[in-house]
Amino acid sequence: MTKGRIHSLESFGTVDGPGTRYVVFVQGCPMRCMYCHNPDTWAMTGGEMMDPEYIIEQYLHNEPFYKNGGGLTVTGGEPLMQVDFLIDLFTLCKQHNIHTCIDSSGIAYKPDNKVLIEKLDRLMELTDLVMLDIKHIDPDMHMKITGQPNDGILAFAQYLSEKGVDTWIRHVIVPGLTDDDKYLYDLGYFIGGLKMLKALDALPYHTMGKAKYEKLGFDYPLKDTPPMDKKDLIAKKEVILQGIRDRRKTDGVPV
Amino acid sequence: MRSEWNGFVGGKWESEVNVRDFIQKNYTPYDGDDSFLAGPTQNTKDLWQMVLDLQKKERENGGVLDMDTKVVSTITSHGPGYLDKSKETIVGFQTDKPFKRSLQPYGGIRMAEKACSDNGYEVDPEISEFFSTHRKTHNAGCFDAYNQEMRACRTSHIITGLPDAYGRGRIIGDYRRVALYGIDFLIEDKQAQKDSTGRVMTDDVIRLREELSEQMVALKMMKEMAASYGCDISKPATNVKEAIQATYFGYLCSVKEQNGAAMSLGRTSTFIDCYAERDLKNGTFTEEQIQEFVDHFIMKLRCVKFARTPEYNQIFAGDPVWVTESIGGIGVDGRHMVTKMSFRYLHTLENLGAAPEPNLTVLWSTRLPQNFKKFCAKTSINTSSIQYENDDLMRPVHGDDYGIACCVSSMVIGKEMQFFGARANLAKCLLYALNGGIDEKTKKQVGPKYRPYEGDVLDYDKVMELFIDMVEWQADVYVNTLNIIHYMHDKYCYERAEMALHDRDVKRYFATGIAGLSIVADSFSAMKYAKVECIRDEDGIITDFKITGDFPKYGNDDDRVDAIAKEVVHKFMTAIRRHHTYRNGIPTTSILTITSNVTYGKATGNTPDGRRAGQPFAPGANPMHGRDTHGAIASLSSVSKLPFNDAQDGISNTFTIIPAALGKEDQVFAGDIELDLNK
Repeated sequence: MTKGRIHSLESFGTVDGPGTRYVVFVQGCPMRCMYCHNPDTWAMTGGEMMDPEYIIEQYLHNEPFYKNGGGLTVTGGEPLMQVDFLIDLFTLCKQHNIHTCIDSSGIAYKPDNKVLIEKLDRLMELTDLVMLDIKHIDPDMHMKITGQPNDGILAFAQYLSEKGVDTWIRHVIVPGLTDDDKYLYDLGYFIGGLKMLKALDALPYHTMGKAKYEKLGFDYPLKDTPPMDKKDLIAKKEVILQGIRDRRKTDGVPV
Repeated sequence: MRSEWNGFVGGKWESEVNVRDFIQKNYTPYDGDDSFLAGPTQNTKDLWQMVLDLQKKERENGGVLDMDTKVVSTITSHGPGYLDKSKETIVGFQTDKPFKRSLQPYGGIRMAEKACSDNGYEVDPEISEFFSTHRKTHNAGCFDAYNQEMRACRTSHIITGLPDAYGRGRIIGDYRRVALYGIDFLIEDKQAQKDSTGRVMTDDVIRLREELSEQMVALKMMKEMAASYGCDISKPATNVKEAIQATYFGYLCSVKEQNGAAMSLGRTSTFIDCYAERDLKNGTFTEEQIQEFVDHFIMKLRCVKFARTPEYNQIFAGDPVWVTESIGGIGVDGRHMVTKMSFRYLHTLENLGAAPEPNLTVLWSTRLPQNFKKFCAKTSINTSSIQYENDDLMRPVHGDDYGIACCVSSMVIGKEMQFFGARANLAKCLLYALNGGIDEKTKKQVGPKYRPYEGDVLDYDKVMELFIDMVEWQADVYVNTLNIIHYMHDKYCYERAEMALHDRDVKRYFATGIAGLSIVADSFSAMKYAKVECIRDEDGIITDFKITGDFPKYGNDDDRVDAIAKEVVHKFMTAIRRHHTYRNGIPTTSILTITSNVTYGKATGNTPDGRRAGQPFAPGANPMHGRDTHGAIASLSSVSKLPFNDAQDGISNTFTIIPAALGKEDQVFAGDIELDLNK
């Protein structure tokens, strides 16, 4: 079995997928999102090497908490940087009938990498849900916010759609950065075309990550950005929803 | 059948005092949701505003609004008191005025005097003289019998919070009996009990006969007290209003005579619901009226006050009464015991606003109805005022008519009681083990002069051996101190009102307690998995530690350390069980100090887990602050490994979480795109 490079384990996850979940935070992420609240998971080194068996054992210890509509989520860091580990972990999950979820930015997806695609194909057979976090629909803005292009990410969304993997789209709404109505509508219009779209999770930007930056000695890029207000968030989410509705109308999908 | 009972299903309960039988034959399980609930009436709002005003005045006055300094409180010592007589549907205060604290010197006259003087009042000198010269108190009795070692342990806080100067509490009368049977029936029953005692006058029989007589006196006084409010409780209650009123009068009598460390209510809601269902069916009252009675009842419970000293309030972190009411649970026949009344009680948190008292405690089972679970979750999120306890764990031991005294002590209502025993400071005991009984703070020889730890690095096995020896000593002095305390409490401060609402032959739990469990577990884990060097001061006493390396910490679902915690509890309980207990009490222990952990921390030096001297202990069975790093479930899982058999008096875990960490609000995240799109 392939060991995973793990940042930490959280036994009581309530916001990372359906129900109460055991959450595995992997170490390492190529993205450098300005508003990332887990900068301590960026480095590709460090963390702790863990066997999938150990993680499953921890899960099973407390299974009654997760059985009723919950399961196991891998987030990070970027889980898809450790596909071999995920395949082994999820293979065990399926042996124990555990609902599996990946929370990913999609950045690791390389459509031309045959070896990777083969592995992904296998992984997706073991995956019940992917939560894909699209940081920005516009390529330039995406580059600005994350330091990475978004073409592979959008391609990954299509890949999930074709593979028939249940997908939640997550989008962090940051005042002044990702809250432009035009782009939100475009995002909605894009994801409205995904066949397996099951939920939209518009996440309000919060400043709880700030302390971590200070601790790590990193400069916090969004010093002056206020947290997202709940009322505004609901309004912004509605813009995305409108994009989805319009796309479905265009595609002739009943809403 | 008596006319008051018309409409109820009869049974054994008609001919013998058996409230459980009545409930089982007559309650209506409710599976619906909270939509039937009624909001507060105008009278409720007005009365509650008066209470809020009084609370404000009390705070402005430095914590106490008024104290009685002349009249020793008994069931009938004070005339009726009201907020606004015309608006109150449920009546009764401890004294003749709301927020006026009663004078209760039987536990100890000095404590009563100090409670007054610290708050700017002075006990009538005649009363002081009487209780110093002519009538002995519980406190005086204890100190007459204590030996030198017990006094030293008390002063050094290796045994701490002992109820030798204040009421022990933790006894729950079956207040429902007053409503179901009326006082006359109960007096007859007590007389029959007295007539049934043995004829050979051994100490036990003499004591029992005297106690039963006291109980009958209390019952007569209850009737008289109720009459002063214009209520007749000599006969069974005829409707839900009378049932609540009679139950409350029963409780009120106990808090008029006992300033106990916890004065809990029991398990009344499903009982009361039998009356509510009957009244709703007969059209006697509307839902709004019934909720009003409940709101007024709960309001009264929120107004229970005692005269206490600042030191007492420090031990208990405030001025708690622990009016614990146990709600829900599952019956032994498999039916759940949630009724509409369970909802109504919890709904008072919305109607009157959140409050710590009464301590509404849900007896949780995985098998509770889904709608009730949802309602509990909602109310918890809105008010942070519900306590949860594991019914699935306690039901096999106590059946389905037990209640919680204080925060975790379970007992069958009216059939079991407990002798409250505060707690042993296990963290300090570990330090005594290392230093051969010398107190690390005062440098005095408090414990036995055992050989102290030799060597510079703590060896797990060697220290464990020393620790077990010291625990044996601690348990010995602890149990014997408690034997004195409960003997004297029975003798000089007997709970006649509460015991009048018990069976003749009650099962007595002899409760002990543990403080500092997580410190001891982590200390041993550090010795085993890291390196702990001890640092001695100029007198050669170990007062500090240097830890090199990391070690598993209790609170992360890690068996390596959780097993140590389990073992320590078992060893402690084994040591306790060895001893003779007063009145053949069944020894139990609790891991529950959820308020006094700060005080205990102050009295304890540096510990081998890295905790600094003076730092608070973790509350109850909680992991030490910040050491549980794997999330709530892992933390709870460590706690859940502690053996209930060895800690039958209860294991508590204090859990704080911001609502947002429990999941997302529906408006923000529906969890289903189709719901969002079709809004």
